[in-house]
Amino acid sequence: MSENNSFVRKEMISERIPPAADRGLLKWVRENLFSSAFNTIMTFISLWVIYSITIAVTPWFLNGVWDAKTVRECYDLLDGKSGACFAVLKERFPQLIYGFKYPSSEYWRPNIATVLLIVALAPILFRRLPRQLLIFTAVYPFLAFWLIWGGSILTSVSAFLGCAIAVICYRRFSSRSFAIAVLISLIAANVWWIIGGYIVDLNASFLSLKVVASRDMGGFMLNLLLGTIAVCLSIPLGIALALGRQSGMPIIKWICVVFIEFIRGVPLITLLFVANVILAFFFPPDTSIDLILRVLIMMTFFNAAYIAEVVRGGLAALSKGQYEAADSIGLDYTQSMRFIILPQALKISIPGIVNVSVGMLKDTTLVSIISMFDLVGMIRGPILSSTDWNGVYWELFGAAAAIFFVVCFSVSKYSQWLERQLETGKR
Amino acid sequence: MAEKLKLEVSDEVAIKIQSMNKWFGSFHVLRDIDLTVNRGERIVVCGPSGSGKSTLIRCINALEEHQTGQIIVDGTELTSDIKNIDRIRSEVGMCFQHFNLFPHLSILENCTLAPIWVRKIPKKEAEETAMHFLEKVKIPEQAEKYPGQLSGGQQQRVAIARSLCMRPRIMLFDEPTSALDPEMIKEVLDTMIELAEDGMTMICVTHEMGFARQVANRVIFMDDGQIVEQNEPEQFFNNPQSDRTKLFLSQILGH
Repeated sequence: MSENNSFVRKEMISERIPPAADRGLLKWVRENLFSSAFNTIMTFISLWVIYSITIAVTPWFLNGVWDAKTVRECYDLLDGKSGACFAVLKERFPQLIYGFKYPSSEYWRPNIATVLLIVALAPILFRRLPRQLLIFTAVYPFLAFWLIWGGSILTSVSAFLGCAIAVICYRRFSSRSFAIAVLISLIAANVWWIIGGYIVDLNASFLSLKVVASRDMGGFMLNLLLGTIAVCLSIPLGIALALGRQSGMPIIKWICVVFIEFIRGVPLITLLFVANVILAFFFPPDTSIDLILRVLIMMTFFNAAYIAEVVRGGLAALSKGQYEAADSIGLDYTQSMRFIILPQALKISIPGIVNVSVGMLKDTTLVSIISMFDLVGMIRGPILSSTDWNGVYWELFGAAAAIFFVVCFSVSKYSQWLERQLETGKR
Repeated sequence: MAEKLKLEVSDEVAIKIQSMNKWFGSFHVLRDIDLTVNRGERIVVCGPSGSGKSTLIRCINALEEHQTGQIIVDGTELTSDIKNIDRIRSEVGMCFQHFNLFPHLSILENCTLAPIWVRKIPKKEAEETAMHFLEKVKIPEQAEKYPGQLSGGQQQRVAIARSLCMRPRIMLFDEPTSALDPEMIKEVLDTMIELAEDGMTMICVTHEMGFARQVANRVIFMDDGQIVEQNEPEQFFNNPQSDRTKLFLSQILGH
């Protein structure tokens, strides 16, 4: 080896901090705002745009009128200045939230149901919370039904007991055969519901709340109700459809494929019209299935079909080795899905599931087209068409947008947090 | 290389394969395989890629389905009966080339999952067993970590421990060292040698010929989906009979 190539280090170099221009805020500003001539120009243009918008909009907000009875009174108070008429939000607040037919003496019921909803969802959303809270989650749907629709509490109790009986029967017989267990639990639950139905009819006034019919629900409450139930039901249904689509049993696979492809191929609004009008032709003339229930079924199906495809993507993203490893240590199909495949596939699917579900939450406003008075339905119908508040578009639709933004943005932030929580290092 | 292991082989049959055939579509991967493995045997299977070695051992725990012939593992015949398959899989451990640990579970959970849910062992006992085997593969301190935080060699040793936690009577290895850096191969081979010393019945697909010489009591050479030659390691390496074997050995030992 020649002399030039030979080198031996005598002392190791210790760590030093980077130069001042490559540190902290200065570095960030230079790299993100002024990295080239073009970017510098764009930065100044953006600053100018932001400034102009702020200048234009701020007076509109600051001059906003909060106390007025009609839009005319608003304009009188503004006296020619530019300004918003937020008074409509204040005056019609109960209508925006609960619809215009929900009895105002009963507003406390949906309020409590909403607070309890947070308690019920907490143990599902946050794994750290004590698992005993899940018992309340199981009870909640029945409690919420009683609170929102009213009637005797016995109806909810009977429905809950029927479900509990079904679960107990399934546990008892599931070691023998899946099919037998499902059959027995279905029969047991239905027998109980028939008996329970008589008991409820005999004591119809026991702990009874004022009955509120489905057609009287409205406002943002209706959006939240439809969105929450449809999303909660469609996730398990979507997972089942995705697994069914992968199934080796041709009939199950075929049913799932046809269901998914059919529902995905049809616009939601069409399904809602079907729910509203056409479904009625299929039932005997004197039966009437609740409109909210019909809409919920359609929304759940619609969302489930999309979630099924998202989950299928997650399942496909797992390496075949994961399935083989689960098989090779002796796990059966249910166990390998529950412990190995689904936890990983669902984690991959989180962004997709949240994407679809946030979309569903917003699509609940489509029910305004089949003459249900949700938040948007209330604004378009009773509020804007009243002579008092004719033409107050910006404030009302802005408020609706703000409400939906808060809910959807929180959901999206939660999902990002959850993804970070489930991160366990590189594969 | 260390000295050849001298180990007892019982005459009890662990695995018996009789005129077994398998096709992938119309491609005939395994042709008339006949193989009997006694308890305590350490068999190394080698051969060029695509010769069907992996498929052969994957048939033994039904990860691949064979079409004709018989495979009897521990006295239970492999049929399409799902109960038999699950029973055999819980008796036969398997290690894969790419480890296939469960990345969302900690090392300890990887090891206790199957004992708890398949063997129905109480959680505490399963964890004790898992720690015992993690100590055996010399990584008890990693128990709370996740697979993604471990090196390749450590992951493969966890995979071995995970299989051992089911207390299998037979272990299958599918190229356990071929995805590893040279430095890590030794630690995995050492673990496998220890396992052999404990009297485990092993079938190992590998290209580690040093391991074959030291541990195996039989070397099988496969090509084109059939067993071309099998012999004791001494005879196999020093005095191969078939031209195909000679060519293969000259290629892998020739540098």
